[in-house]
Amino acid sequence: MNNNYRGGMRLFAELVVLLGTSTKTNDKLDALATYFASAGDADKVWVIALFSGRKPKRTVNATQLQEWCREATGLPAWLFEECYHTVGDLAETIALLLPQNGDEAETGYSLADYLRQLVQIGKEEEAVKKELVLRCWRQMNKEERFVFNKLITGGFRIGISQKMIVNALGRSAGVDAAIIAHRITGDWDPATTTFSTLLSEEGGGGDLSKPYPFYLAYALEEEPAALGDPAEWQAEWKWDGIRGELICRGGQLFVWSRGEELMTEKFPEYQAWRELLPEGVVLDGEIIGLRAGPGAAESGEGANVVVGQDGNAGVTESDETVGLDFVPLPFAALQTRIGRKNVTKKNLQEVPVGFIAYDLLEYEGQDWRNRSLTERRAQLETIIGSVNHPLLQLSPVIRFRDWEQLAVIRQSSREVGSEGVMLKKKSSVYQVGRKRGDWWKWKIDPLVIDAVMVYAQKGHGRRSNLYTDYTFAVRGGDQLVTFTKAYSGLTDKELAEVDAFVRKNSLEKFGPVRTVKPELVFEIAFEGIAASARHKSGVALRFPRINRWRKDKTPAEIDTIEDLKRMLEVYGK
Amino acid sequence: MPLIEFTDKGLYCPQGGFYIDPWRPVDRAIITHAHSDHARAGSGAYLCHRLTVPLLEWRLGVAAEAVQGVEWGEPVFMNGVRVSLHPAGHIIGSSQVRVEYQGEVWVVSGDYKTEDDGISGAFEPIKCQVFVTESTFGLPIYDWKPQPVIFGNIQDWVVGNREQGKASVLIAYSLGKAQRLLSCLEPVTEKIYVHGAVWNIHQALVNAGVALPPVERVMPEMPRELFKGQVVIAPSSAEGSPWIRRFQPFAVGVCSGWMQVRGNVRRRNADAGFALSDHADWKGLLGAIEATGAEKVFVTHGFQATLARYLNERGIAAAEVKTAYGEDEEGGEPTDKEEKEAAHE
Ligand SMILES: [Zn+2]
Ligand SMILES: [Zn+2]
Repeated sequence: MNNNYRGGMRLFAELVVLLGTSTKTNDKLDALATYFASAGDADKVWVIALFSGRKPKRTVNATQLQEWCREATGLPAWLFEECYHTVGDLAETIALLLPQNGDEAETGYSLADYLRQLVQIGKEEEAVKKELVLRCWRQMNKEERFVFNKLITGGFRIGISQKMIVNALGRSAGVDAAIIAHRITGDWDPATTTFSTLLSEEGGGGDLSKPYPFYLAYALEEEPAALGDPAEWQAEWKWDGIRGELICRGGQLFVWSRGEELMTEKFPEYQAWRELLPEGVVLDGEIIGLRAGPGAAESGEGANVVVGQDGNAGVTESDETVGLDFVPLPFAALQTRIGRKNVTKKNLQEVPVGFIAYDLLEYEGQDWRNRSLTERRAQLETIIGSVNHPLLQLSPVIRFRDWEQLAVIRQSSREVGSEGVMLKKKSSVYQVGRKRGDWWKWKIDPLVIDAVMVYAQKGHGRRSNLYTDYTFAVRGGDQLVTFTKAYSGLTDKELAEVDAFVRKNSLEKFGPVRTVKPELVFEIAFEGIAASARHKSGVALRFPRINRWRKDKTPAEIDTIEDLKRMLEVYGK
Repeated sequence: MPLIEFTDKGLYCPQGGFYIDPWRPVDRAIITHAHSDHARAGSGAYLCHRLTVPLLEWRLGVAAEAVQGVEWGEPVFMNGVRVSLHPAGHIIGSSQVRVEYQGEVWVVSGDYKTEDDGISGAFEPIKCQVFVTESTFGLPIYDWKPQPVIFGNIQDWVVGNREQGKASVLIAYSLGKAQRLLSCLEPVTEKIYVHGAVWNIHQALVNAGVALPPVERVMPEMPRELFKGQVVIAPSSAEGSPWIRRFQPFAVGVCSGWMQVRGNVRRRNADAGFALSDHADWKGLLGAIEATGAEKVFVTHGFQATLARYLNERGIAAAEVKTAYGEDEEGGEPTDKEEKEAAHE
């Protein structure tokens, strides 16, 4: 292979193709490591940025791209639409429609060159932008155009986790993956950061807001008894909010979310803790809508739960309830806050957002991740206690004698507004990324309802030729009431079967949607339910998915809208 | 009375008393090519290209006496209707059907591609008043690279796999694509191994006098080491089957026009997708339609509504026709029962 200047954009496009088609993690890792070994430094920085969720500023929008492509190809709008619908991805549709250049059109421009140009035209007039994009298209082959368009439209989804990027980088740079993970987190700008600074001791940001990578739990697939002595484990509720990190350094307070997004501005209520928290502290916890105080409990929305109805499951200490000093609000409430550009006074009153802290990562400016959970927890309790603010809560530890008792307690998860139980080994250190062994989530079974499929639509991307997106209905009197869409959950074989059914049993077709004979019954599982004025059924589900195909049931046996309403009463508040 | 009618049994010429590619048994059937959605068993008498004859006998079990083979351009008269077959460039033996009566000419394309693949005969544009065209890849996103470029990509892939010690398993239709791949693979491998379904077709063609590069049938008793870094051609039914495991370690490359769209490569779980098609791409369809000079175009299986609308907007009178060709509305290529059966050997 010739030296590392083999047309950086071409190299990157080839990487994207490889990552898109490799089916094995190891092949992906190989492709990435090879890429990092041969690409230019400026390009590498951008690749790290792109795959760790740092998007370049949008200077051209999707509508403009679409228009310019239509102009360049002379295709009528309806035909462009049809192509788009078949391909399922705008960037790819455009790449396929533009006239071919032949593979020899290699210009040698790098990824960083193109990105710099894209950023630079931000303030220019539309004509200038158009000229640049058309010129770039002319210089590129199909794969490069796809990548380029993806950069513009945003949303690279190529099945690459940050963990994989980190491992590949670690391999080619010869540095421990955990160290790399920390160095590339935080707030740094790929346009101004060099590769060597990024991987240097200070890391890319070297800034006060730099978070630690989250430690993520695996789902517990077996009985907890397999974990051994219950005394070695700490149990907490699993909260249904957004995983977040609270950073207090240099007299400032920053909030990071799990998606590695700086969300400080979204939660103005947190700023009250800036003065209360000690300097040089990083907390791991849940960003969640909260109503503070036991007063809420008295008004009927209470979260006090009696554990162990049989009397002998009582806890050794005197308290027989799992009492909370706060009431978590359903996830749907939090969503109303996140979705907003500007948070108004009214929003703050309606949905106050708090932070349930469960771990301490940094204390007095020192990295505490290598200390045991017991030690971190003790210090965390002291800190939260001293702040004493109604919206900053400590994630309560659930006391339990044995696994059987915890299983009983877990049954009440939904009543306290949680989605199950977390199990953390008391002796464990705080690791990087998703690791097996020390942290487990033991979620409660989802809510389920039997429904009939009434509409089908073709999938996008990977499934653009199959009918894979379905809308479901329950019975409402003698009618069918649609209440949710659900995508995943079927095997490829089942998908093919449903697809064939859709094609044979279409009643009518409007646009991409087929109305199908209401005949196939599915069990839909979901994590939460909330009232919704936007939906005909009056409810909105959280994480709806197909649990299984109820081939044993006929449409006459499906659940009713009353069943859904009842669930809303019990779980939707 | 139109020269050809669209009936529930297939395209029918009442004056000549014959059907073209009927999907139900009829007395007399003219067959464009031997893919299973165009050639079906049960009819009384068949007329097709000389090289389609052994394929019909093999695939449909049609008795030799019931099939009449003709050369391209050789006229056959039926009740005053002049019928002749002309190269369609789709697969070996594939033909367009030209039907003439009292100065009126219709051409039924069957499946076709406009690029000469070197083995199927070069597609021949024929002047006519009415043209019945397929539309399997009737969207402008289907814009094939020239065969030599795709062959180059496949060759690079095969060589790359061998360097990593992997066998290359190419998924291709046993009739058509499999034969077309042989000249691509011959320069980069010593032996080309084939699945039983591919082998059977290959034998039928070689026995009929078609010159094809030699292939070797994969047999159950062959030791696994034999396949290390080798090239194998198999039908799609072999994907993910126990049969394919003997090539471990291997990479799967799917050769199909559908591979033009990334999502389809991913959905197939293939390591590579090569957009190599035996159907005309968008430009091929438009070029072929224009070359006929037809006043009226009927569009069958594929993106028929799209292509018909586009032609109408361009001033060419067109209408869509529902047929039983293609797997479904997307005009999937035919599924071959025998491929599935042979997969479990
Ligand atoms: Zn065909
Ligand atoms: Zn066909």
